[in-house]
Amino acid sequence: MSRWPITRTALIVLALGWPAIAAADALTGQTEQQAANWPAILMFSAFVLATLGITRWAAGRVRSASDFYTAGGGITGFQNGLAIAGDYMSAASFLGISAQIFADGYDGLIYSTGFLVGWPILLFLLAERLRNLGRYTFADVASFRFAQTPVRLFAAFSTLAVVLFYLIAQMVGAGQLIKLLFGLPYTYAVLIVGALMTCYVLFGGMVATTWVQIIKAVMLLGCASFMAFAVLWNFGFSPEALFAKAVEIKTGIAAVAGASPEEAAAKGLSIMGPGGFIKDPLSAISFGMALMFGTAGLPHILMRFFTVPDAKEARKSVLWATGWIGYFYILTFIIGFGAITFVASNPDYLMPDGTLKGGGNMAAIHLATAIGGDIFLGIVSAVAFATILAVVAGLTLSGASAVSHDIYASVVKHGEANSADELKVSRYTVPVLALIAIVLGIAFEKQNVAFMVSLAFALAASGNFPVLVMSLLWSGCTTRGVVVGGFVGVTLALVLTILSPAIWEAVLGYEGAPFPYSSPTIFSMTAAFLTIWLVSRADKSGRAAVDRAGYPAQRVRAETGIGAAGASEH
Amino acid sequence: MEQEDGSQDKTAGHVHAIEADERYQRLVTRRSRFGWRLTILMLVIYFGYILLIAFEPHILARPLGSGVTSLGIPLGLGVIVAGIVLTAVYVRRANKVFDRDLDALRKDHGA
Repeated sequence: MSRWPITRTALIVLALGWPAIAAADALTGQTEQQAANWPAILMFSAFVLATLGITRWAAGRVRSASDFYTAGGGITGFQNGLAIAGDYMSAASFLGISAQIFADGYDGLIYSTGFLVGWPILLFLLAERLRNLGRYTFADVASFRFAQTPVRLFAAFSTLAVVLFYLIAQMVGAGQLIKLLFGLPYTYAVLIVGALMTCYVLFGGMVATTWVQIIKAVMLLGCASFMAFAVLWNFGFSPEALFAKAVEIKTGIAAVAGASPEEAAAKGLSIMGPGGFIKDPLSAISFGMALMFGTAGLPHILMRFFTVPDAKEARKSVLWATGWIGYFYILTFIIGFGAITFVASNPDYLMPDGTLKGGGNMAAIHLATAIGGDIFLGIVSAVAFATILAVVAGLTLSGASAVSHDIYASVVKHGEANSADELKVSRYTVPVLALIAIVLGIAFEKQNVAFMVSLAFALAASGNFPVLVMSLLWSGCTTRGVVVGGFVGVTLALVLTILSPAIWEAVLGYEGAPFPYSSPTIFSMTAAFLTIWLVSRADKSGRAAVDRAGYPAQRVRAETGIGAAGASEH
Repeated sequence: MEQEDGSQDKTAGHVHAIEADERYQRLVTRRSRFGWRLTILMLVIYFGYILLIAFEPHILARPLGSGVTSLGIPLGLGVIVAGIVLTAVYVRRANKVFDRDLDALRKDHGA
């Protein structure tokens, strides 16, 4: 690995960034204050330089496809747990959930619980078996005893679909964040994220991605802990006092907006219970299923289980990850309510019409200013930016591995590709994915970040999750069953989402969405399981006999790890 | 992956030997039963909470005492804590019991 390309990319990033900041400063008076925020700029630059330094170090260690995809399988359970947390605690979690709580109170907690409860399921049913059967991608596991080409094509398709929707959400979050922080045009912000993530993944592979995620997890947990502590400290560590103040402020806002005293009091108190977020029971259950089972089907998360040496470390990583992520969601809950008390009635953070400056997702960022002034705003903004970078790096790596390992090595080369060629294809794919992410990030500027993430979860819950569960746990499952069932699940999830109010009415502008519920998962995931079962049962082909006969060997390896790919295969 | 296993016959013999080992059968049965029990417990806790939101949201909005803190807050946070606790329960049992059985099995089958 030569070193100069990293330096060159860093220079391009700086060249793109600095004059644009000056230009934005000169053009718009409104963002003057943010542009002059030197602590933020310094923190941001320090993080970028540190991570590029790590990438440069990691670049020297990426010699084989195994290093690139899984850091050679040498990550410990504790490190991987932090990296998973870093991969999973996205901008949607930090900014989106605290914003949801800021807007509607209790409803944000429903998101948080759903984002957490998938982890135990992933551990109980999948994690150890995944590690024992796979090497680089979850498709290794899903296709273990099946015909390679169709299952790999399905896995690659569904991975890329999930990765792209998730990436869009991250890009939108990044664009908004940097726009607010530096007064930088949205487009430039998205370009910088795209350039940096390309750099990390292209040169540093999984080694750099893992360390970017670990550092980000530590920074984010530290910052969120401090914010939650500061909020609680202001209320004498009494949650009741915090909630009471939040209710009082929401009541006041409703009264100013013209509500009668009774209406205003009811509106204020409504933040303490479930509100308009869940419209009907079916949507509630369906959405809960998407979050829970989607977690267990996210390709970039599943990929992290191949970075540890064995099933025991895989198991430990889930416990660490679940602990950190659960702790983090409890913090975001406090942060969201803290934002109501510090930000919602303070004109410094509001537009004349009462909405948040910089958009709805900025509640946590404004709270940082309220707590620790510009210096802490700088730190939190840099952390939120690091958050986005760590997630997009993981996503890009996962997308690139779907193209190079599942499509190129397994389908095009029938498993005969050499490591160097596979690595080369990964590296060609990374900038292409980054370009697509940039274009889509710009196209989807006005979308709600949390909604885009829930779409990615619905796809993962309806495709990858049923395919993995059935291929791992049901001996009668066949190639035809998982491929047809997987495609039915993903397609149905996508089509129903397009027909749902969130896209049909809000994006396309039509009236009366044909699919009235807010999440497709209860239908699409059930359809996937049923289709896999029915098609497998009806499958009388010669391949089906081979598939069924392969189950005992797959099961022995999944359960015992005997014959599993070890930590040092190169 | 099937195309990587050049030594199909040796592997097949190996698989039969392990499958026939009653310690393997016992381990797999116990572990998967334990895993499914915890899975069902998690599903009941989470979907119980979601169903409460869907059908009886006013119960969650009810204040706990004289203040504004509602029942939904300990319940919601309780779902998160339950997820962490169940994960810890599984890992503890796997580290203590399942790994010991598995090590014996692996040793005897030359892995």
